[in-house]
This record gives sequence, C-alpha cells and structure tokens, in this order.
Amino acid sequence: MATKRVAIVGVGYYGFRPVSPEVSFREMIYEAATRAYEDAGLEPKDIDGFVTAGEDWNEGHSIVDELAPDQLGAVKRPVFTVNGDAMHAFVSAYMHILTGQMDICLIESRSKASNIKNLHEITMMALDPIYTRPLDTSPYFIAGLEMNRYLYESGVTREQCARVVIKNRRNALLNPYAGHGARLALDDVLNSDVISYPLTSLEISPHSDGCVVMILAEEKKAEVIRKDPIWIRGVGWCTESYSLERRNWSQSVFTQKAAEMAYKMANIRFPRKEVHVAEVNDEFAYKELQHLEALGLCRKGEAGHLIDEGATEISGDLPVNPSGGCLGVGNLLEATGAQKLLEIVLQLRGEAGRRQVKNAEVGLAHNWRGLPTNSGAVVILSNF
Amino acid sequence: MRKVAIVGAGMTKFVRRALETPIELAYEAAKMALDSCGLTLKDIECVVLGSAVDAFDGVCMKGEYLSGGAGAWGKPFMRHSVGGGTGVFSCIHGWMHVASGMFDLCLVVAEEKMSCCQPHPQGAFLTVYDSILERPLGLNLLWVVAQEMNHYMITNGLKSEDVALVSVKNKRNALDHPAAMLGADITVEDVVNSEIISWPVHRLDISATSDGAAAIVLASERLAERITDKPVWIAGVGYNLDTWYWTSRDLSYPVYVEKAARMAYEMAGIREPQKEIHIVEPYDPFSFKELQNLEALLLADRGKAAQLTADGVTARDGNMPVCPSGGLLGVGNPISAAALMKVCEIFWQLRGEAGKRQVPGNPKVGLAQAWGDMMQTGTVVILKV
Repeated sequence: MATKRVAIVGVGYYGFRPVSPEVSFREMIYEAATRAYEDAGLEPKDIDGFVTAGEDWNEGHSIVDELAPDQLGAVKRPVFTVNGDAMHAFVSAYMHILTGQMDICLIESRSKASNIKNLHEITMMALDPIYTRPLDTSPYFIAGLEMNRYLYESGVTREQCARVVIKNRRNALLNPYAGHGARLALDDVLNSDVISYPLTSLEISPHSDGCVVMILAEEKKAEVIRKDPIWIRGVGWCTESYSLERRNWSQSVFTQKAAEMAYKMANIRFPRKEVHVAEVNDEFAYKELQHLEALGLCRKGEAGHLIDEGATEISGDLPVNPSGGCLGVGNLLEATGAQKLLEIVLQLRGEAGRRQVKNAEVGLAHNWRGLPTNSGAVVILSNF
Repeated sequence: MRKVAIVGAGMTKFVRRALETPIELAYEAAKMALDSCGLTLKDIECVVLGSAVDAFDGVCMKGEYLSGGAGAWGKPFMRHSVGGGTGVFSCIHGWMHVASGMFDLCLVVAEEKMSCCQPHPQGAFLTVYDSILERPLGLNLLWVVAQEMNHYMITNGLKSEDVALVSVKNKRNALDHPAAMLGADITVEDVVNSEIISWPVHRLDISATSDGAAAIVLASERLAERITDKPVWIAGVGYNLDTWYWTSRDLSYPVYVEKAARMAYEMAGIREPQKEIHIVEPYDPFSFKELQNLEALLLADRGKAAQLTADGVTARDGNMPVCPSGGLLGVGNPISAAALMKVCEIFWQLRGEAGKRQVPGNPKVGLAQAWGDMMQTGTVVILKV
C-alpha cells in the first residue's frame, strides 16, 4: 500500500450554471486554472504533470487531449487525458505522485453541456450497438428500470426519493456556486412528469456548465505550500458489468467495491461514524439512497429512514450533499466527480460558508459516471 | 522508485476489417497476454485500457463498452486517450498503477476497430480539427501531415527516394510478423511511383487503417520473477504534449518527442542514448516519421536519420535496428493497438522470442515511442532486461 502522503493544495473553479454564453470552454478552463494556481500560490512551471478528464462526444471533438494543454499553462509538459470521470484523473495524478517521478500534479475537467444539442442521442451512442441501441428509446429507461428494482428490493419509497430532491435543491440555495437551487414541495416532485416510471423529471439532475482544477502535492511540498493541505486518505474505483443484461439492477456494486478499497486504505472500519460529510452521486434522486447503502454509510433499506429522520441534512449527523449535489449544482458530465471533491475540500478547509458542516475532519467524495455506465470512484479526504 | 516489469504480451492479427466486435478484439488480445504468462483474470488487480478515438468503433464512451472485453469486470478500470500516442502511453498508465505501490498486477489493453467507421475511417479524422477555424475547410489528416512531411524533407534536404527507404525496410520486416497486414517486398521505385495522396505523401509512404488489439501484463518487482524467468523492466517513461495551435508550430521537428524522450532517459539513467539504446520502435505511420522521430529521440543526429537508413544501420542486422517488427507501415495501424504492438515487439526482442524477426546480438535495452493528437504528443517507454 502507499506509504507517501499526498494532499490537495489548490482548487479553482468556474461555474456552475445551466448556460455559460459569456465564456468559451477555453476561457472557462483558464479562469479555473488561474484560480487554482492562485489558491496554491504556484505557477504552471511548478507543476510536474497534468491530467484532464473528458469524453470526445461530450466535447464535440475527437481526441479531446488535443485541447488540454494551452489553457492550463501545460504546453510542452507531460499531459494526458483520461476518458472517464474527473476522479479517474485525480487517482491517476495521485498514483503518478506515489511513483516518485512527480511531486506536484494538476487535474482538470469541465462541462459545456449547454453546447450539446443532442445529449440523449450521444448517450444512446454509448449503448451496446448490437444488443441495446436498436431499442431506440431515451436512455432514461435504464434509470427507470433500476429505480423500480431498487425500490422493490430496498423498501425505499418514492416519497423518500422525492425528499432527496427537496433536501439537495434547498441546500443549493445556500451555495453560491450551485446553479439549480430551489424550494420544492413533495408534491412538486412526485407530480412532475414521469420520464421513465417511477422516475419523474424533477428527480433528474439538470446539467450545468463549469470547470474544476485541482493541484495535488506530495507531503513535503504540500506542507510548504499551505498550512491546511487536505490529505488523501483513501481512493477506490471500480467498473462493474457494462452489459445491461448482466448487471445487478438494484445495487451499486461498483460503489461497494470502490468504497471497500478506499476504506481499507484509509483504515476506516465504521464509515458511518468516521465519515463526517459526504458528497455522493445523486444524478437521479434514488441514486443518493442507493449509493449511501453501497457506501456502507447505512444498512440496506435504511437509506430511506436516513432521509426521513433528517440525518443527511447539513445539521444532521451524516450530512450528504451539503453542496446541493448533482440535483442542486447540476450534472457536470465528466467534471461531476471534481465538484464532489471540490465540496469536500471546501468543507474540510472550513470554507463552505452557510452550508458549512460543523467539525468536519473526514470527508468522502463519491461519483458514478452516469448512464449507461457502471463505473465510479470514491475518495476519502481529511484535514489532518 | 519501485520496479515494474512486463511479464506477458499478446496481440491479434491486424486486419483491414475484422469480423470480431471491438469487445471480442480486446478479449482476444487480453486472453493471449494472460495465457503467455500463465495468469488468469483472478490474478489481475486492475485494468488499464488505451483506445484513441471513439468515432472509429462508433461507440461513445467506448472505454465502458470495452471494459468487459478488457477483463475489467469488478475491477479498478480506467481508459485514457492521447490520440496516436495512446498505445505506448498505455504502458505508462499501467506503470503508474504498479509503481505507485497500489497494485502488483495490472493488465493493459489497447484496442481500435477503425473499420466500423463508414464509409472510411479517414472520415473520423474530420472531427479532430478546430470546430470554428478549421473544420469548415474539410481538412484531411493526410493533407495536414503532408505539410509536416514537406517541412521535414525541405529542412533536411531530402528527396522522396531517401524517405521511401523506410517503407521498403519496414514492409519487408513485416513479412516475418505473423500478425502483419501490410508486409510486402517493394522497392524505392514502387514507393515513389505510387499514387500521390497529398504532396509529398505517396500511397506507399503511409500505413493503412486497421482493426486490432494488443495487451501486456505488468507486474511489480516482488511478483515479476515468480511469473517469468525473463521479466522486461520498464526503465524509463516519458510523455509530453505541445500546443494545440499546430498552425503556429515548427512542424519540421517534434520538440515534444525530444522532451518525452529526455524525461524517459532521465528516469532510466541514460546519458548517451545512441550508445545505450540497442533497438528502437519509433512511431512510423508515415515513412518520414520514423526518421523524424529517431532524430527527436536523440538516436540520430539532426537531419541524419535518412543517411543511417541508407547505410543499413537501422536494418535488423544493423547497429541500431529500427522497427524490426515492420512497424505501422508493415504490420498495420489500428491506432492504439499499433503503438502497444511496438512495446510488445521490444518485449519479445529483449527476451529472444521474436522468431524470424529476432535481431541478433542479444539486445538488452529497447525504446518504443508513439506520437499523437494534432502532431502534438510524444510518448516514450524504455525497456531493459
């Protein structure tokens, strides 16, 4: 296992709003990077390596790696692109620092979802071309089927899922960077259009544009760079069955495995007690509950009780998605995981303003790559 | 730094149009690599996939689609793409997993099925250009790289005949490669008389679009010697990306390849590459690229690579064999798999397992290099036994 400690020493972001006509993707990245460098007190020449996360079809450009270096100050430097979530870029940078060949790495990921005219069709193109694509229907059918099965097996109710929407979008009102804050009532959510039964339209995260840049440093340099480095305690990532026909339709198995890996590294035995704040993928409202169970933050079928009891409110004993989550901040495509990391960093630094979770010392960031994938990651951070 | 070795390798045939699905291609290569060192998926702790362009296979987020075929079910899995540099970078991304200390056994797979892209895979390359400033011109990859070829040849005072020697050598080398698509016995005249695609690129100056996959197994020091008698150690890795704005760059010399090479040489402790590197697999999608890359890798003096070729130095029985596999020109070019094929070739050569392609003299140190994005990135791996 890793012996060297690595910390997050700088964060910068732009966003997150439903549209961003005032900036191109380059200008967005440039601002986020500028802010990250400023936050860390570093310059591009101090960075040993750069990792970005992006997918060709979401950017409308084949080989998105081509577009990576300029806005980051990374021209003629080591740069590569992970076609995955920002958390994949994050763990890649982390591993590269652990090798000892690099000491300081930067990661970047962004969303310009507002540029995409046909996101449904693009998601359909991610389905198996022989077995699934010919069904020629909205990709949300996968979420609807999974939600149905999850509710059936867990005993979680539609009302409890709707409460996730209410909680997260209300949290987003406290969050200056969240693009979709709202005060909603239970009926608003339950009566919104059924997209793929039992999933309703208000249970689906809207998209946002934005960019997140983070700088990681090995221990000695981290302690020089800032007084409050945020330490990486554990990481895990996993991909389960891509095939719809072979996957587990009620549980997020990749989350269980990624969490086990991360908890083991972080030496966490009782996650519910040892994790003080969590940012968990809630791209579809039921997902927050399904993921909480898979993360071992509650027992199977208990996630619904957590939300009913208010345990996952900012003032509760296990605040989940104080930022507003995907539902309140917006689905940021490949940058979604970066937003979750960002929020945990801000929480652990005590920079989360009105949504600050008190005495947060250990935070967990989790993300799922979204439809139609069965992939995601978990990162555990601490401020000590 | 923790030591990491390649302990197994496998590749499919490279063909113009495979009947296998992309998932099946990935599976075949992965299975061959595992079989080659007597391991199974149970032993593998993590999987890395390199695949250059979604538009070829015609699947968005194709890393997810390919994950099962690459052996990733239930494991930590990631996919990366640095365009044409991907296949060599796959080795580097895998190296990170093991050298970090987090994993002991990593399976690295590279796959590309270009023939899915209709009416011709070249069409996918229309979308690698700037959507506002360049795409309306309907740029073709061959036309753009032809400009680089022209810069290189004019700067170094080369004729088509000088460069054509690379195609001749590599296609002939490929006749001895069981997976090769483009092996042929041709002459310099054949090359310079072949159809001009875009001046100065002749048809026989370029490799072809292909389908295929390759895979390697990486092991930590603690396991490598238990798995095989002859682990091939990853001595150095390097990668470097230049500016997107190719229209402002000097195309005659890929400085980013030199920087990637220097990064790898530094890690490997190599001070005199021309003396210390025994065999080289530089990226050769076009004949001139082998020459240009050799110079940027500091393995040939500036402007002198063509002369080395003419003198036979880069032949299999020369002082510094270059592309003993047959390269992309001879074996084929399923982008990411092609570059990983080069890593496989060095692996086999250093173990004395390259059959009819074996270079004499017991080579101990080899270098594989790839090139990608918008003529923009260099990826380098140095292997040692």
